[in-house]
Amino acid sequence: MTPEALTGGFADAPVQAARAFRAALDALSRPGVIHTVAGATPPAPLSVAAGVLLLTLADATTPVHLAGDHDCPALRDWITFHTGAPLVDAPSAAFAIGRWGALAPLSRFAIGTPDYPDRSATLIVEVDDLSATGAHLAGPGIKDHAHLSLPEVAAFRANRALFPQGCDFYLTCADRLAGLPRSTIVEAC
Amino acid sequence: MYVAVKGGERAIDNAHAWLAEERRGDPGVAELSVDQIREQLRLAVNRVMAEGSLYDPDLAALAIKQARGDLIEAVFLIRAYRTTLPRLGHSRPVDSAAMACIRRISATFKDAPGGQVLGPTFDYTHRLLDFKLLAEGAVPAAPASAATPGPVPHITGFLNRDGMIETDAPDETTPPDLTREPMELPASRQLRLQALTRGDEGFVLSMAYSTQRGYGRTHAFVGELRIGTVAVEMDIPELGFAVEIGEVELTECETVNQFKGSKSEPPQFTRGYGLVFGQSERKAIAMSLVDRALRWKELGEDFNGAPAQDEEFVLMHADNIQATGFLEHIKLPHYVDFQAELELVRRMRAEAMQMQEAAE
Amino acid sequence: MTDQAYNFAYLDEQTKRMIRRAILKGVAVPGYQVPFASREMPMPYGWGTGGVQVTSACLMPEDCLKVIDQGADDTTNAVSIRKFFQRTAGVQVTEATAEASVIQTRHRIPETPLREGQILVYQVPIPEPLRFLEPRETETRKMHELEEYGLMHVKLYEDIARHGQIATSYAYPVKVEGRYVMDPSPIPKFDNPKLSDNAALQLFGAGREQRIYALPPYTQVVSLDFDDHPFEAGKAPHDCDLCGAGESYLDEVIVDDAGGRMFVCSDTDFCASRQAVGHRGRLSPEEV
Repeated sequence: MTPEALTGGFADAPVQAARAFRAALDALSRPGVIHTVAGATPPAPLSVAAGVLLLTLADATTPVHLAGDHDCPALRDWITFHTGAPLVDAPSAAFAIGRWGALAPLSRFAIGTPDYPDRSATLIVEVDDLSATGAHLAGPGIKDHAHLSLPEVAAFRANRALFPQGCDFYLTCADRLAGLPRSTIVEAC
Repeated sequence: MYVAVKGGERAIDNAHAWLAEERRGDPGVAELSVDQIREQLRLAVNRVMAEGSLYDPDLAALAIKQARGDLIEAVFLIRAYRTTLPRLGHSRPVDSAAMACIRRISATFKDAPGGQVLGPTFDYTHRLLDFKLLAEGAVPAAPASAATPGPVPHITGFLNRDGMIETDAPDETTPPDLTREPMELPASRQLRLQALTRGDEGFVLSMAYSTQRGYGRTHAFVGELRIGTVAVEMDIPELGFAVEIGEVELTECETVNQFKGSKSEPPQFTRGYGLVFGQSERKAIAMSLVDRALRWKELGEDFNGAPAQDEEFVLMHADNIQATGFLEHIKLPHYVDFQAELELVRRMRAEAMQMQEAAE
Repeated sequence: MTDQAYNFAYLDEQTKRMIRRAILKGVAVPGYQVPFASREMPMPYGWGTGGVQVTSACLMPEDCLKVIDQGADDTTNAVSIRKFFQRTAGVQVTEATAEASVIQTRHRIPETPLREGQILVYQVPIPEPLRFLEPRETETRKMHELEEYGLMHVKLYEDIARHGQIATSYAYPVKVEGRYVMDPSPIPKFDNPKLSDNAALQLFGAGREQRIYALPPYTQVVSLDFDDHPFEAGKAPHDCDLCGAGESYLDEVIVDDAGGRMFVCSDTDFCASRQAVGHRGRLSPEEV
C-alpha cells in the first residue's frame, strides 16, 4: 500500500458525509440537478465527486467494482483503506465506477429481483462534461421535464424498461455530480 | 376561553424529575448498589443480558437499577446502548463441549460420562417463603469438592454414535446477523435461533408450552441441559491465531425429539436447540422446543396450523422491545385520525338517517 | 450544545451509511418499501424510531429542523424528538414550516405548501398497505411483485357495499406512479392530495417494521378509488374558530361539561401565522 492511499479521505467524516449525502440525495431525487461536493482527494483517475460518493456510501458491506482504467493499484488501495469495501467483479457489485465505455455492457450488473428490486447496483459514471443539457428527462423528481448530458440514450431507456428493477446512476465530473435513478424516462433531444 | 395545551417541554422535564425521585424511593432506606444487583439479582441480570443481546453483567445491573426493576425497560436500555457500539470483529464459535459446567443434567439417561450435576438450582427447593431472609445474615458455605477434570461430552453425541439421532452437518458459512440485517423470510435456522435467544422469555415459554399441549407437539425429552462458562476466542489477523478474550456463562439445552422417519431417512430422533446467555434454563428449554417446532418443513412434517410452527408469527412477535414499543405507542395522541373517524361516522349516520326518513 | 458522548445526529457512521443507501433505493423506486436493518433507538419502537433514523441519516449541521405530531409542534412526543436532535446534532429548530429544511411528522402534512429542497420525514407504524388484509410478509411481498392489488380493491368495494362509501378515513392507500400501492402513514385522507406532485422530497421510515420508502418531488400519487365512488378528502364542515381558515384540517376540542365544542386548526404553525397577520375566527379573543 502506498502512502498516498492513506490520505485524501474525509477530515471530519460525520459532518462531511452528511453534507455529501444530502447532495447525493437531492441529485437522485431531482434528476437533472447538478451538485458540487467536496471533502475527498482521491488518486487519479477517480474524480473528487466519485471519491466523495464512495466515502459517503461504501463500506465493508458494499462490494465495489472498478472498471477499465479505474482498476489500478493506487485506487484499489485508496478504496480499501478508506472504505474497507471488497473489490469484486461486475455481477457482485453494489457500486461500480468507471468511464461509460468501461462499464458497458450494463447487463453485467445486478438489477435486483422482482420481489427485491433494491438489490441492484449503483453505477458511478465518470464523464468529461456534465451539464443540464442534452437528453430529455421526465418522471419522478422532475417538474415537467429536465435535461442532462448523458453519454447515450439507448442504454438508459433499456434500463427504464426493467422498472422497478434496474440500475441507478450517478454521473461525476471533477467535483460535480448528477443523479439518474432507474425511474427516469430518458429520450433523445 | 380555550387555549391550546402548551408547555410539553416543561411537563416532560417535571415528569423525569418525579421519575428519578420515585426510582430512589424512601431516602431513609439505603440505596441499592449496582454491585448488589449484579451479585444478588443475578438471574434478572442474566435475563437482561440475554434479551438485550449484550454480555455485560455490570451494565445489565445498572439498567435494572435505572429501570426500577422493570426488566423489559432494562432490556430496552441495554439494546439502545448496544446499538451505538462499533462492531470491531467477531468471535469464533464457542465450544460448549468444553464448558466448565456448574450444572449438567440429562433426562434421557440415568447417568452418563461426566456425571449428572444438579448445581445451584431451584428444582427441588420447596417453594416456602424463607422468612430468615427478612433479616440480613451470613450464608453457611455450601459443601465443596474438587472439580472433576476432563471434558464433559454432549449426551446427544452418544446417541449420534449409532445413528439414533440426526447429525447436524458442520456449516462453515457466516451466519446472518439479525442485529445488522433486516429480517428476511423464510428465515434460516441460524436466524430463527438468533431471534429466539433474544426473544421475550415469556413469549418463548408460552410458545413452547403450547407445543406441549398439542399445538405442534414434538414429543421432547431434555437430552441435556448444561450451564457453565465457555472461553470466547477471537482470530487476530495480525497474529495469525486466535486469542481468548474472555469467558461467558451460557445455558445450553438440547432436546431429543421423536421422529418417524421419511422416504429418505430411516427413523431416528431429531433435535431442538436452545442457547442463552447466563443461567437462564427456562428460556433455553423453551427455546429448544420452539426451535424444534419450527423445523417441521425441513423435516418433512405436516404443518398443523399451530402458532409455534408458524415461523413468521413466532419471529415477528418474539421481540419484547418491538412489542412493548408498539403496544405502548397507542398512548400517544391519535386525535387527528380519531377526528377523521368521527367525521366519517357522522356522515355515515346522517346518510343512514336520511334513507330511513325517506323510507318512512 | 451537542452531546459529545454520541456521534453527530446520534447514529454511528456505519449505520447512517446503511440507512442512506436504503433511502437512495427508495428514491429510485418510488413507493417500494426498502428493507433496512433498523437499529434500536433511545426511544421506543412505535414512537417514531423509523422517522428518527431517517432524519438522523439526513441531517447536516446547516439544517433547520421542525418536528410535529398531530400537526402540532408542542405535543409531547414532538417536543421529545426535537430535543433529541438539538442535543445530538446541535441543529437549529423552528416551528415555522417555511423556515424548516427538514420536517419530521407524525400523522399530518403541514398546511403551508412545501417547496423544493425541503424534506418531509414521516413516522410510519405499519408500512405495508396490504397488512390488514394479509398478515404475512411473504405473501404481501409477492403481491407487490406481481402488482396483485385486487384484494385492496375488494376491501374498498366491500366498504361501499356495506356503508355506501369507502370507510377508510386515515392511512388511506395510494398508488405511486401507477406501480406500487403505498401506505401514506396514518395521515387523515384530507392530506392525501398533498402527497402528489409535492415540491418537497417525502421520506417514510418504519423502524420496528424495518422499512424505508420515498416519494421524490413531483411524484404522481393517486388515492385508490372507483369511477362511481371517487376519492374525497374529508374534513369537519367548519371554519377554524381561532383563525377562521376554511380549508385547513381541524381538531375538534371539547370545551365544557355540556358538550360544547370548538374547531381549531390541527396545524398549530399555520393557525398561529394566520392569527399573527390578523385573521380571526368565531371564538377569537376580543382585541385588547
